[in-house]
Amino acid sequence: MKLLVAVKRVIDFNVKPRVKMDGSGVDLANVKMSMNPFDEIAVEEAIRLKEKGVATEIVAVSIGPAKAQETLRTALAMGADRAILVQTDEEVEPLAVAKILAKVAQEEQPGMIILGKQAIDDDNNATGQMLAALLGWPQGTFASKVEAANDNVTVTREVDGGLETVKLKLPAVVTTDLRLNEPRYASLPNIMKAKSKPLATKSPADYGIDIARRLEIVRVTEPPKRQAGIKVGSVDELVDRLKGLGIAK
Amino acid sequence: MSVLVLVEHDGKSIKDATLAAVTAAGKLGDVHALVAGSNVGAVGELAAKIAGVAKVLVADAAHLDHELAENIAPVAAKLMDAYDAFVAPATTFGKNIAPRVAALIDVMQVSDVIGIEDANTFVRPFYAGNAIATVKSNDAKKVITVRGTAFDKAAAEGGSAPVEQVDAGGAAGNSEFVSMDASESERPELTSAKVIVSGGRAFGSSDQFHALLDPLADKLGAAVGASRAAVDAGYAPNDYQVGQTGKIVAPEVYIAIGISGAIQHLAGMKDSKVIVAINKDEEAPIFQVADIGLVGDLFTIVPELTGKL
Repeated sequence: MKLLVAVKRVIDFNVKPRVKMDGSGVDLANVKMSMNPFDEIAVEEAIRLKEKGVATEIVAVSIGPAKAQETLRTALAMGADRAILVQTDEEVEPLAVAKILAKVAQEEQPGMIILGKQAIDDDNNATGQMLAALLGWPQGTFASKVEAANDNVTVTREVDGGLETVKLKLPAVVTTDLRLNEPRYASLPNIMKAKSKPLATKSPADYGIDIARRLEIVRVTEPPKRQAGIKVGSVDELVDRLKGLGIAK
Repeated sequence: MSVLVLVEHDGKSIKDATLAAVTAAGKLGDVHALVAGSNVGAVGELAAKIAGVAKVLVADAAHLDHELAENIAPVAAKLMDAYDAFVAPATTFGKNIAPRVAALIDVMQVSDVIGIEDANTFVRPFYAGNAIATVKSNDAKKVITVRGTAFDKAAAEGGSAPVEQVDAGGAAGNSEFVSMDASESERPELTSAKVIVSGGRAFGSSDQFHALLDPLADKLGAAVGASRAAVDAGYAPNDYQVGQTGKIVAPEVYIAIGISGAIQHLAGMKDSKVIVAINKDEEAPIFQVADIGLVGDLFTIVPELTGKL
């Protein structure tokens, strides 16, 4: 079966985001950008499914600026076979991303689409569910375990009350949670090899998708700052403070 | 304006996050509650008692058991013909279903709402809570998920809304529930606890995590949480995780022990009223947000603290 993995170029998870002075957004100029960590897990899972012989080909897709090519090259260096960049400088919302991915899926006919459960920039946690809805496919969200067979996939999901397991008929959409796997680092030879793997560039218009934003940013502000408080010197002092808060007798 | 709230329940009781969603929905208009599931008549009666709910819609059918998104989303999407907004709690339940509903009715969801300015304008954190966006939705209908810590809970008693049965649709037939491995706990739920004691990787093992934190939590009547590092290391189950991608909590007192304070963790707890930090590294970022800090070795401090409380 063919697998589609969607990857997004986002601010590196180690960088502390700064709000622009004019309140129009977060300052991304000269900031280190990387593959969304959840999408790295998606790529890794696809590669493992290929290594197990369940999958035969992995196609990585990204929707973003020209520089998202780097993100796709990372996916190719990890082990994806080819890549598609749907290039745009606009910030594309999850609904429009899902519409583009649905079109790509109709062309590519994958057995499964794997993507991160959320991007660490906009924190929406919506694209996978929306994509599944548009395709009429089942969804295994927040996956911590994926077991694929011929015509179905069993997904263990991290939910508020514990771990839920569902069985989905293929084709299906799977969104990854943190503990699904630990992504590999691409080796230098594989990074070199990735440079010659095919990468097709398209535009949202090629798929006939309107990417106009539905949500208009009115303003972006810094969250209220917490002030560092006091340090106490002993457990006894801490106990007194806790008593003062009324939570200890 | 009429608003449909998706009720989160376990077949017997209604989850607290729903009560906060009812409050948020009330800021938009008349609140109707959708209870979907199998044999959920009793849950429908409970929903009818929630203060501020004007009507309860019950979709009751075997294929709605276990709240599979494939089966519930079309029911909600169809009902949305008659509503202006759809509101779900921003829990794993709501996050699983709401975007599916949104896509079916061609609406861009506003996720994790913490404030409502008017019928079109919502406030939400992004970038792990390092920035707060005010967004205006240009969609005719709205789909929002609501962060439970940001709104007061509606009273669970006091209402007497009429209950109406609605079309439960059919089974999509492409997904089935297999099993639920529930973490049993006598302690309060993390998202509604008044006090949380939370542990990090510094505990070193699952045994030490529980041997030290559980007695302290018992003394304080607290819920137990964990950092991602502690969960990744297997010291605590996944549903203990507090942070950007785990649970968002805002208790009266949050006691972070052996947690350095990565931004992803702070995103999940920095709205706590009082933060207490215990860490051996006095430079740990957690101290920059803590109201009360104690520098030292948790292996001596925690037992001493438990003993003196």
